Amino acid sequence: MTTNGDAVKVVPVRHVGQWVGAAVVVVLISMLVHTLFSKLPTGNYACHVVSGVRKCHQTSVWRFTWTTVGRYFTSTEILHGLLTTLELTVLAMVVGVVLGIIIAIMRLSPNRLLSATAWTYTWFFRGTPVLVQLLVWYNIAILYPSLSIGLPFTNLTLAHFGTNTVFSAFVAATIGLGLNEAAYMSEIARAGLIAVDEGQTEAATSLGMTRRQSLRYVVLPQAMRVIIPPTGNEVISMLKTTSLVSVVGVVDLLGAAQNIVAANFLIMPLFIVASIWYLIVTTVLSVGQFYLERRFAKGALRSPPPTPLQRLRVDVGGILSKFRSRRGSLGAVR
Amino acid sequence: MSVPMVEVRAVHKSYNGVEVLKGVDLTVVRGEVTCLIGPSGSGKSTLLRCINHLEKHDKGELRVDGELVGYEMRGDKLYERNDRQICAERARIGMVFQRFNLFQHLTVLENITIGQIKVKGVSPEAARVKARELLARVGLDNKESQYPAQISGGQQQRVAIARALAMEPKLMLFDEPTSALDPELVGEVLDVMKDLARSGMTMIVVTHEMNFAKEVANTVYFLDGGVIEESGDPREVLTAPSSERLRSFLSKVL
Repeated sequence: MTTNGDAVKVVPVRHVGQWVGAAVVVVLISMLVHTLFSKLPTGNYACHVVSGVRKCHQTSVWRFTWTTVGRYFTSTEILHGLLTTLELTVLAMVVGVVLGIIIAIMRLSPNRLLSATAWTYTWFFRGTPVLVQLLVWYNIAILYPSLSIGLPFTNLTLAHFGTNTVFSAFVAATIGLGLNEAAYMSEIARAGLIAVDEGQTEAATSLGMTRRQSLRYVVLPQAMRVIIPPTGNEVISMLKTTSLVSVVGVVDLLGAAQNIVAANFLIMPLFIVASIWYLIVTTVLSVGQFYLERRFAKGALRSPPPTPLQRLRVDVGGILSKFRSRRGSLGAVR
Repeated sequence: MSVPMVEVRAVHKSYNGVEVLKGVDLTVVRGEVTCLIGPSGSGKSTLLRCINHLEKHDKGELRVDGELVGYEMRGDKLYERNDRQICAERARIGMVFQRFNLFQHLTVLENITIGQIKVKGVSPEAARVKARELLARVGLDNKESQYPAQISGGQQQRVAIARALAMEPKLMLFDEPTSALDPELVGEVLDVMKDLARSGMTMIVVTHEMNFAKEVANTVYFLDGGVIEESGDPREVLTAPSSERLRSFLSKVL
């Protein structure tokens, strides 16, 4: 025991299993990285004569043609496709979130008809594949060749137009993805609304707020804290689901890559280009989600966790001060 | 004598076939403090919630400030009021909850201004001035930018009282305001309530604090099994109860 007040040295436990595991992982990762920059034998031979002797060797090519990837990475078609993908993601999510919240509120309404309608909506749009829904919206003119605005069940019309003039491929894709998303978003929003303590609504009501005011100023802002993390997931998932729209002829990021492949057969490089772009956008979205979550966590936590930047600053500061103090003590020894 | 602030006549209320209030009568005189006591499940909280129409009563007559709560008498028929009218009525009745129910996403100051701004249409500046006055009154003038999760239970309950007062209520309802508090925090909340009583606020307090009832209340009602068992001056009712039920209840709580 430390009777003389000297600090006792603490020997931490050695985690042998962890070290073995880490070693295996290091080997596997280096193998993978090696393949990224290795060559592939082609099966052809190249021969040449060196000082009267004919020598042959098998030719090889780079496995991953990174230069080709680089060449197409910022090509106009790809960037156009990327823009379409982003537009589709944003529009479909806006439709999905707004409609989803409305459906969730309907679902929780004391009115039986409203809640049953909301339930049926979710049942239908969650129960059929989104790919089928996209195809149906794209071909909707078969069922409803023309659209008109007027009084229901009468011949009074204010405007009349062909369905296909309104339902371009892009509109069909946006509606298809958005309505499908609303079904999932409504369940997320409902979970968020239910998670807010009933006492909050009661307190709002006792202040004289209407149901609408209490939803808007008290319940929804607190529900957002629960709604945002899974919604972030949905945005990322939507970004990738938009790649289905090529079936209705919208040229998104993947569609653009496919179009180029059709012309030059550079299959892998172009799909790698598309994948890298998807990864970049996903990364940006994740960072955005982090800050959005922090904002809506207001009041839920006594002290919000530090942002990665703040943490980095603290870590670097800690290392620097350790370094400084060590130098100081060394200096003292000298 | 002027119209009483609250008049309850033969009020009944049941949940899913279980009768919680079985014909309750109660009168609250303007400017007086009324305490409701009784075992849990006796219907105290339900009665309180019926008074600001958080719950609809099934039978009987309930008037606040001479007006029927939730209904309107036209001819010989009772018409249910629409949401807007009910909300306007509620805004003049302050309520303080057992579990405070402060808006968790808003700061202390915003908790007190939101009702003024959104319900009464007061300008944000004026609402903040009033909120700061009220915070000073409940002794929390240095906490305005904190969130509810960052302050103690006693402080939260005092903010909740300030939030209710910001609506300039004519009647304050307290639903076991100190039951969720650590014992050493009860005093600070009771002090604010005593101060409020002295200022002439009409208050109905559901409580287990018998000393508070004795000291502050003008009238105490003892509810048991959905009916008023006994009522009267707290010094008499609580020191020399006439019913056996109240006697046994008091022997358990005191």
